[in-house]
Amino acid sequence: MRRNTGSHRSTAVVLAAVAALGAGLLSGCADDGDDGSAGSSGGGDSKGKTLVTVGTYGVMGFKQAGLYDEYTKLHPDIKIEENVIDPASNYYPQLLTHLGSGSGLADIQAVEVGNINEVTTTQADKFVDLSKADGVKKENFLDWKWAQATAKDGKTIGLGTDVGPMAICYRKDLFQQAGLPADRNAVSELWAGDWQKYLDAGKDYAKKAPGGAAFLDSAGGLFNAAVSGGSEVYYDKSGKPIYKDSPAVKKAWKLATDASTAKLSAGLQEFTKPWQQALANGKFATASCPAWMLGQIKEYAGDKYKGKWDVAAAPKPANWGGSFLSVPQAAKNKDEAVKLATWLTAPEQQAKLFEKQASFPSAQAAYDLPQVADAKLPYFNNAPIGKIFSQAAKDSPTQVLGPKDAVIKQNFTDVGLLQVEQQGKSANEGWKAAIKTNDNALDQ
Amino acid sequence: MTAPSGFTPDTAAPPAGQGGAAPRAATAPAPDPAEQRRRDRRSRRYRWDLRWSPYAFVAPFFVFFAAFGLFPLLYTGWASLHQVELTNPTHMEWAGWHNYSRLWEDEFFWKALRNTFTIGVISTVPQLMMALGIAHLLNYRLRASMFFRVAILTPYATSVAAATLVFALLFGHDYGMVNWSLGLVGLDGIDWQNGTWTSQIAVSTIVIWRWTGYNALIYLAAMQAVPNDLYESAALDGASRWKQFLHVTVPSLRPTILFTVVVSTIGATQLFGEPLLFNTAGTATGGADHQYQTLGLYMYEQGWVNLHLGRASAIAWTMFLILLLIAAANALFARRLRKSQ
Repeated sequence: MRRNTGSHRSTAVVLAAVAALGAGLLSGCADDGDDGSAGSSGGGDSKGKTLVTVGTYGVMGFKQAGLYDEYTKLHPDIKIEENVIDPASNYYPQLLTHLGSGSGLADIQAVEVGNINEVTTTQADKFVDLSKADGVKKENFLDWKWAQATAKDGKTIGLGTDVGPMAICYRKDLFQQAGLPADRNAVSELWAGDWQKYLDAGKDYAKKAPGGAAFLDSAGGLFNAAVSGGSEVYYDKSGKPIYKDSPAVKKAWKLATDASTAKLSAGLQEFTKPWQQALANGKFATASCPAWMLGQIKEYAGDKYKGKWDVAAAPKPANWGGSFLSVPQAAKNKDEAVKLATWLTAPEQQAKLFEKQASFPSAQAAYDLPQVADAKLPYFNNAPIGKIFSQAAKDSPTQVLGPKDAVIKQNFTDVGLLQVEQQGKSANEGWKAAIKTNDNALDQ
Repeated sequence: MTAPSGFTPDTAAPPAGQGGAAPRAATAPAPDPAEQRRRDRRSRRYRWDLRWSPYAFVAPFFVFFAAFGLFPLLYTGWASLHQVELTNPTHMEWAGWHNYSRLWEDEFFWKALRNTFTIGVISTVPQLMMALGIAHLLNYRLRASMFFRVAILTPYATSVAAATLVFALLFGHDYGMVNWSLGLVGLDGIDWQNGTWTSQIAVSTIVIWRWTGYNALIYLAAMQAVPNDLYESAALDGASRWKQFLHVTVPSLRPTILFTVVVSTIGATQLFGEPLLFNTAGTATGGADHQYQTLGLYMYEQGWVNLHLGRASAIAWTMFLILLLIAAANALFARRLRKSQ
């Protein structure tokens, strides 16, 4: 007999397995359904409270810093629900489809700086003008941050949350071993004013590179840090894409590929698993550090390197990243949403967010508050990060933004520079590949 | 269709007032017009019920299909003839065949098509051969065979996302387990992500891992329907197990193999989740040099990263046409196969 005659017992086993699988599938579907409907559920809950929903990506930190709890304590009739979409790259297309259909929107929607121009230029009519909201003061915010979310007709559709003023995080111990100055003021002095000097320091470091640790993590990180200091980067003032000839892009490209060909870079792709593992194993000595990067380093480098990392000023002031809160016209509780967004982005709350989550305030009025002005981070050898980042934020140029900034930037780093760093292509080949991918991405 | 006659059993005594088993209506006293109308209505309703109910029962599928299958298909077709951006999906500008004609010169499209084909071949062929082998083994009498049968299906029940993330880690360059084991036997680590073939093999591995068990179960089911006499007589003629497999099992399984080839080919053409998640940066480029970007991934990149819905729709329809071609080729092949038997 070749054929298996199934006994009752084995039939039962199979049935149980099938039932378990089926239950798993069903519950999986149910979960999805909850996620989908949570964003659109509005109105009130059973206790008659008004529900305000907040749509965010990644970790914005409002909840973690306890700001929602504080707000609901101040306003007992309000309930806040946050819907996080992760990864962030899934968030934006979903926001656009919801805006297009006018449904499924949260009462407050976060928008990343790489997308804010596209939203402001193409979708402004679908958002509430927050410049007219009660308690919003334009002068509280950094000028350039305010300008980024303001349409041509003067309508401001997003209130700035955090910004990404630039610094350089470095391993104090490795610098010492390589014979470089280790004190943060001396390190800042080492490369003040020019990214090229940063590379020169890297060459000095490489001569004695301790423990096989590279000078910096990735060419892509350096590219983004350097390019973020330009005022016209991917688009010119008239809105024309200039990424092929922009001096800021070319300069940053040369810098990044030089770092790669001189073997100063560990050749990693930022924020990927290998990058996190390299942090945990101390495989590089410096990283371009917008304020939000501190949290990443602290999380992935871990306790082992506590006190060994330090923060120095970047060669040039720059801003990389940041977000906005906006209120769509189709929001269910528009008035309450405007109030909450205003409160969340007020200087006092931004200072608290900085204290708990190290998201650096876009409200310059917060820089004088003690939580920011006196902030020191024990993990980074008690670096006075409040002072370092305030200075960088104030000195950052007003950058011309364009609708496809996020895509263009990504293609330069994840296609062009990655080909150079990880696939052994020449700088010229990488450049051509990045330009070709960008041309294709912008071609409608 | 016959109307139901009363269930009057022949053997039972006829009820008083009704002559034998004769039709009730004929012998019943003439009903008053209202009663007659009611009866007519009832029988009319009954006929309608009989005729239309089946349609009502199958309707949900077709309604859902129309809403979630046919409408998107037609809408995508319409959108592919326009220039549409996700930033403003209601604004469509007529573009004619432009979105299609440009695909001819689009090197990214051709690269994606090539990748889809090569990944499809190196994932489908070994997968089906292994499935056949596993099914053959499972078809023997073994201890706890039910356990093994359920066990080989578990990869299929795992979510693509979870499986792919694990595999992306296994294939990591510096800290991946695959390179670590290569190092144990004295081989250099391979940069799986960055090579064209290495990355495609890695992606195929995920596909193979997920679907082999599923296909093995289908083969196993078909194998159990092969009459035992064939094996017995083959054994009497002195055929070895291997000969039996080649000359009895495989020919009997031909229609099933054809079915799995078609299903796997369709799956390979639509491959999307594995190459998307294999890229640990989570971008849709399919590697720095687009070395493992499939058609599905390229469509996603055009539609949801670059926000060009019109172009993405054209790619979607091109994929659909490719699938129709595959189906036609398969139908032709199946007919010839049947004739040759």
